[in-house]
Amino acid sequence: MKGFSELYLSLDASNRKNEKLAALRNYFSVVPPEDGAWAVFFLTGNRLKRPIRMTDFRKWAGLACGQPAWLVDECYNHVGDLAETLALLLSERKRSIQIQDRPLHQVVQEDIIPLRDLGLEEQRERLESIWEHLDGSSCFIFNKLITGGFRVGVSQSLVAAALAELANVEPAIMAHRMMGIWKPTPCAYKALFTGAHSEDQSAKPYPFCLSYPLDEIARSRLDTISNWQVEWKWDGIRAQLIKRGNEVILWSRGEEMLTDQFPEIVEEAASWSGSIVLDGELLAWDHDSPAPFSELQRRLGRKNVSVKMRNDVPVLFMSYDLLEFDGVDFRNKSTQERRSILQSWSSGISSRYFGISPLIDACSWEVVLRLREESRRRRVEGIMLKRKEAPYHSGRKKGDWWKWKVAPYTIDAIMIYAQLGHGRRAGLYTDYTFAVWNEDSLVPIAKAYSGLSDLDIRKVDRWIRQNTTDSHGPVRVLEPKQVFEIAFEGINESKRHKSGIAVRFPRIIRWRKDKLPKDADSLKMVRSLLAVDS
Amino acid sequence: MLIGSNQQPLIKWTTRGLYCEKGDFYIDPCRRVDRALITHAHSDHARVGMKSYLTADAGVGILKERIGIDSSISGIPFGKHQRIGGVIVSFHPAGHLLGSAQIRVEHRGEVWVVTGDYKITHDISCEAFEPVRCHNLITEATFALPVYSWPDSQLVFEQINQWWLNNQAEGRCSVLFAYALGKAQRLLCGIDHSIGPIGVHGAVEKMLPYYRKAGRAIPEGLLKANAENKEKLKGVGLIIAPGSVQNTPWLRKFAPYSLAFASGWMAIRGARRRRALDRGFVISDHVDWKGILNTVDNSGAECVGVTHGYADALVRWLGEERGLRAYEVSPKYAKDRPGEEAEK
Repeated sequence: MKGFSELYLSLDASNRKNEKLAALRNYFSVVPPEDGAWAVFFLTGNRLKRPIRMTDFRKWAGLACGQPAWLVDECYNHVGDLAETLALLLSERKRSIQIQDRPLHQVVQEDIIPLRDLGLEEQRERLESIWEHLDGSSCFIFNKLITGGFRVGVSQSLVAAALAELANVEPAIMAHRMMGIWKPTPCAYKALFTGAHSEDQSAKPYPFCLSYPLDEIARSRLDTISNWQVEWKWDGIRAQLIKRGNEVILWSRGEEMLTDQFPEIVEEAASWSGSIVLDGELLAWDHDSPAPFSELQRRLGRKNVSVKMRNDVPVLFMSYDLLEFDGVDFRNKSTQERRSILQSWSSGISSRYFGISPLIDACSWEVVLRLREESRRRRVEGIMLKRKEAPYHSGRKKGDWWKWKVAPYTIDAIMIYAQLGHGRRAGLYTDYTFAVWNEDSLVPIAKAYSGLSDLDIRKVDRWIRQNTTDSHGPVRVLEPKQVFEIAFEGINESKRHKSGIAVRFPRIIRWRKDKLPKDADSLKMVRSLLAVDS
Repeated sequence: MLIGSNQQPLIKWTTRGLYCEKGDFYIDPCRRVDRALITHAHSDHARVGMKSYLTADAGVGILKERIGIDSSISGIPFGKHQRIGGVIVSFHPAGHLLGSAQIRVEHRGEVWVVTGDYKITHDISCEAFEPVRCHNLITEATFALPVYSWPDSQLVFEQINQWWLNNQAEGRCSVLFAYALGKAQRLLCGIDHSIGPIGVHGAVEKMLPYYRKAGRAIPEGLLKANAENKEKLKGVGLIIAPGSVQNTPWLRKFAPYSLAFASGWMAIRGARRRRALDRGFVISDHVDWKGILNTVDNSGAECVGVTHGYADALVRWLGEERGLRAYEVSPKYAKDRPGEEAEK
């Protein structure tokens, strides 16, 4: 596992893309396929099913290092990463046994996965003996593999780029070979280099073409509107629908398989003749317009979708691009051509579960701008602009696809609670709760973690430390003095929140040092936004 | 608050800092007072505006540099007993930086020690920490969590040397951030200066004469890291500068470079990553968890006051695991733990 630990540490130590690429290349150039397969598995964001309960894991690590549980918790709060905390604490033990280095696949297949089938006491003994044999960094990696959440600042495309160099193919080709559910087998790993068709080939999605955000200034620099295909930006789940032969598979952008969660769409697609791959958006659909995103959420994370759920939350696949037709890859054709093929193909389809994202016929940017203002009423996020001549790119490529979102809602709210962050924000107070006025009292309205600059984060951290009035466990209660401008995308009624309101994707826009607590918004004002959204 | 054997604690916390009523003096006061006993010259311990200062002889020069030459600063040799009011006071090496001291206060056979900032690990740039027996120990707790355990500093110096060599091979300048007083000089004494030219930031350079005068092994031929010496340092040199220069035009002069930070906080990955550093070297002038426990044991104290940092964890541990009377010296949130920027 030493090789993999060293790879992890060098990826983690560097901020330079080229260094990371070199580290990946060096690792993959020598790694045996058994280990390479697992390395790809972990580096591309897959995780093992947790073999043990986290509470047990924490408790046993505490026992192994001889520290009381409360102190382990205190350390974890400070370090912000459980695997790292336990590795640091465990590295303090005196050990009698020689450290062994075992290959990554053995550690995973022989140590970690079998833990699942052991009884509690056996699990503990097994873990202790594994820990005993690991040095500091391997112990950290081992803990990471068990606790999941293996993030090391490499993107899938960077891993693909490194492997592409070694296989001597284009990165996009490697990215495609890596798509879908990755089976960590030597065979799958070798197939990355040979391009051999594995049996799952027919299920593989294409890499998604991603758009860049656009603002008014960047918009004004775009060329004439006649070069652009204009569509609504749907507020659902980006998905790729693959129908090859009789098989239908639905992938999310995060490469999660959604096939089971949208059976009506899959059934509909199965009835089509021929083969096709479509890019589009899964939406909860209410007669002739989208339902709020919160409705769609009810359909997610289910193993089975009941008939009731199918009736309660009707869904639709809003298709906007065609990537493959009858086995031919169309991605290098222009957006315009792909669109026209999509349209002529879909003219033969009539289904309540399937739609074609309409083109917005606008003769000028002014018209688009005006239509964009209708976004909220139409329950869309804004406007998509796609260059008519552009191919379907792999990943995010600036210039051809733009998302021009409607301005978010913003409110001024008061920071009332703070908690320590995790990962690179460990040890800093970066998880905040904000409140608005309800008559004379403050009611929490949103939690936000992102949006402040690093400099502001440090200043806010210092302020929090000096203005804490009370604490409940890890949560600090603050003097209600600081006002922040908070943005969010959507707003809904909620029974689970004290304020009766849930906001979607809240984040901090700026620290309003110019505002006093009394200038913050009221719950009444926030509720008035509900009317606009529904 | 549970303190000492007397009804009245010999040293207690006030809004002005630690106060000894029997001797009518403050230790490292945070507001203006008449008589200040100073453990060391870092700005969170030695502040301007006191009527008189008393510090260890070995630290007088540095304190004057920091506080101002005109201030009324007197020195006292390490170990010498001096009567102040109704108590006997002496200063003992704390191993934190050149001239840093623990302060021992004795009243009718009852002995209190205020450690100030200290470390017990080896450091050739300053006097070695001296364990002092006492009844009541007031210790710092900047790194008082068991996740903090310092590696052998010699290993860390070797890591730094290796990093410097690697950077040279890639034609990059090595920029090492370190606190300008104490840590920077310790690094200068510990690294292999034959590897290449060494540049120092003005804030670091200012303190060097005191170290040289005290016979500490600061290498000769250091360059001032400025525009004039830019070409000598670029690609091959090691520059030691305070962390505050990150993202400044001053630093950009030496590009391309690799950035590293030498600090105890670097033991935690998150701390290193959020500063966007290439490397973090774990070397601290504070005591680690085990070091604190050793110090408490060696002092023989039955009662332990805790200041700074992770006071609550240490207090609870000493009470529950060692059965000692332990307490937080300052009110809970009055002096909270600093972020990693503030390690001094």
